Amino acid sequence: MLSRVAERLYWLGRYLERIENTARLINVYGNVLLDLPRPAKLVWESLVAITGNEAGFAERYTRADERNVVKFYVADPNNSSSIRKSVALARENARTVREIVPSNSWEGINDLHLYLQDHIDRALTRRDRDAFLTRVINACQFIVGGLDSTMSRDAAWQFLSAGRYLERADMTSRIVDVGIANVFPWVSWMHGGNVPEGTQSPYESVLWMSVLRSLSALQMYRRLVPERVRADEVVTFLLQDRQFPRAVAHCLQALRLSLDALPNDRSAVRAGRHALRNVERADVGAILAAGGLHDFIDTLQVDFAELHAAIEATWFLPPA
Amino acid sequence: MKFSWKAYDPGSFYDELISSPGRYRPAGRAVARHIRSLTTEEIRERQMAAELAVKTMGITFTVYAQGTNIDRAWPYDIIPRTISGSEWDRVEAGLTQRLTALNHFINDVYNDQKVFRDGIVPRELILESSNYRAACLGMKPKFGVWAHICGSDLIRDRDGTFYVLEDNLRVPSGVSYMLENRKVTKRVFPELFESQNMRPIGEYTSALFDTLASLSPRRGAYPEVVVLTPGIFNSAYFEHSYLAQQMGAELVEGPDLFVGDDDCVYMRTISGPERVDVIYRRIDDLFLDPEVFNADSALGVPGLMRAWLKGKVALANAPGAGVADDKAVYTYVPDLIRYYLGEEPIIPNVQTWRCSEKAARRYVLENLDSLVVKPANESGGYGMLIGPAASERERRAFARRIRANPRNYVAQPLISLSTCPTVCPGGIEPRHIDLRPFVLQGARHYVTPGGLTRVALVKGSYVVNSSQGGGSKDTWIVD
Repeated sequence: MLSRVAERLYWLGRYLERIENTARLINVYGNVLLDLPRPAKLVWESLVAITGNEAGFAERYTRADERNVVKFYVADPNNSSSIRKSVALARENARTVREIVPSNSWEGINDLHLYLQDHIDRALTRRDRDAFLTRVINACQFIVGGLDSTMSRDAAWQFLSAGRYLERADMTSRIVDVGIANVFPWVSWMHGGNVPEGTQSPYESVLWMSVLRSLSALQMYRRLVPERVRADEVVTFLLQDRQFPRAVAHCLQALRLSLDALPNDRSAVRAGRHALRNVERADVGAILAAGGLHDFIDTLQVDFAELHAAIEATWFLPPA
Repeated sequence: MKFSWKAYDPGSFYDELISSPGRYRPAGRAVARHIRSLTTEEIRERQMAAELAVKTMGITFTVYAQGTNIDRAWPYDIIPRTISGSEWDRVEAGLTQRLTALNHFINDVYNDQKVFRDGIVPRELILESSNYRAACLGMKPKFGVWAHICGSDLIRDRDGTFYVLEDNLRVPSGVSYMLENRKVTKRVFPELFESQNMRPIGEYTSALFDTLASLSPRRGAYPEVVVLTPGIFNSAYFEHSYLAQQMGAELVEGPDLFVGDDDCVYMRTISGPERVDVIYRRIDDLFLDPEVFNADSALGVPGLMRAWLKGKVALANAPGAGVADDKAVYTYVPDLIRYYLGEEPIIPNVQTWRCSEKAARRYVLENLDSLVVKPANESGGYGMLIGPAASERERRAFARRIRANPRNYVAQPLISLSTCPTVCPGGIEPRHIDLRPFVLQGARHYVTPGGLTRVALVKGSYVVNSSQGGGSKDTWIVD
């Protein structure tokens, strides 16, 4: 397989995953707001922080209100993680490797692209947003389902898969990060700045449930942990569970299987193993108690960046 | 209200479906009858369904406008153009004859040059052609074939005779649209296929692969065939990708390839370099190899010409093949058929005046208002003058250009292109069409049954190019 083609498939995987995650995230944020008393502003602002693109946002918008933040994530052609831009890039990547992408999935991507052209404004009004985002999520699942059920498990598939899992691990870790950054100030604001030690606000549970829901993880989490939703258990689940397909550990494990199936994989597999070990060896309870989760997630992000660099150097870049 | 053919009048033009108001040509009878069974509203619905199918199937072409590339939905008309099988057999033989002669000619130009010595074609005409490549002298490609893929444009005059308007021997495009048009018709008009036999066209990509594979310089090994594209911004990118996909070949861009110290061509893959045997190149000669041609070409592969000249890789079409699709050479093709094959041309040329010749030039300049003047090596319908439609001022300006560079121009009478019923905003109306069949030559020949029919969607217009508002139709060879 051509190196260039491998690279485009990898990015196709990443963008497809990004579209779906972004749509889920906005959908859930919109819904949880309906459950909570004011101030909503806090929550919308924190959404910008998820992709670490605060500077890009600040360049073009003055207020981080609902309309602007949703616009930034759905319709902004200059935001590389907006749905519009990700769909355009996914389509562009698919178009350049059209001979490999099963035609049914290509039609799905093209169809999503056309749908966005005509309906993107619907995301900006609350009433139509849910239907719009659900359509986007369904389209992604249709596309990925087509790939999953018709592509041979050859190198093309492994690169696509690697891109999807790395993006997903990255996105899950960011969502956990924002959950932490968001929930604690929020809860303490609700209680006038002093939350008694060892107690839990009813909103804390609601917020963590929304974090789970944004990853479609609530149902699976519930089957595993039937008790009241608690921070340490949610974070442990989302970072370390090997069975839930959006948990970071699961993604890294699946990623490693993909890399294993490719030629000359040694350095990339090593980087993958390192990242997986870092996630699995963490004592989440202790890290949370020490208030060190954000810093820990930063180390994960560094691992992901190194993993990406190893994949790029091994398979995409021409030999120096 | 059911549609009626009574009101459809092609006037004095040859119509492909209707011979005179209310009367159908035999090959088109089933199509015409079926359309008659529909209401105007139903016809319009089918056309809309077809346009939607084109969009969802992602059949696009790219146009350049104001420095940007726009990806547009491919224009397709639901009413197929029908040609009878017996008539087509003759056209097929004529196209095979023509390409065979052209390949003899190209091989002769770059080797023995007997055609000049025997006074068939003037030497300077060829050596001055912008498509002549001195770098190819002495090269002997496999089977003596240089142009492996040819797209000839055919038109029909008022009396129904097919003429060759031009031959495209460089990188002819359009075949993917021919194939996709058939798929769209199957989606939106499935019942039409039940009532008659039309020749299938889906075999083309296998025939193309076989043609390319037959060129491989390595014996025994399964040949590695690739399609070389300039990239996604090229107007025919859709087709490059489509053909690669259909043939199971790698679609490569220049930077994916390199020429090794052994003069073999390799592609960069995830498991290291892999040898390439045959390159179906969809980039122009001048961009192929920056070491030989255009030095700042980023599309090509340094050393590619060296690899080809040493016989380590096959290029289709071969560099230099374009020397025979120059419009000035076109005028000699009937002579070339007689010279190389000892046969009379089966499909005639359109009468053509070479402005390089004094008497012809005088005639052209005196009759600009009734002639079509074309630059000798432009394609896509650019830079031509349609005399009867031009203003006096345009004609004067064109006359100056002809005088300044006569070698660069040829002129032809305005042929009345045939028409075919087409769905228009005001109902079904006659629109002018042409036909581009595709001809392959490697170890053996192959001609597409039919080809790509292009339609001038503007009433009375003869401009069928999709880059200038033309549409297309499925083409049926009916037995």
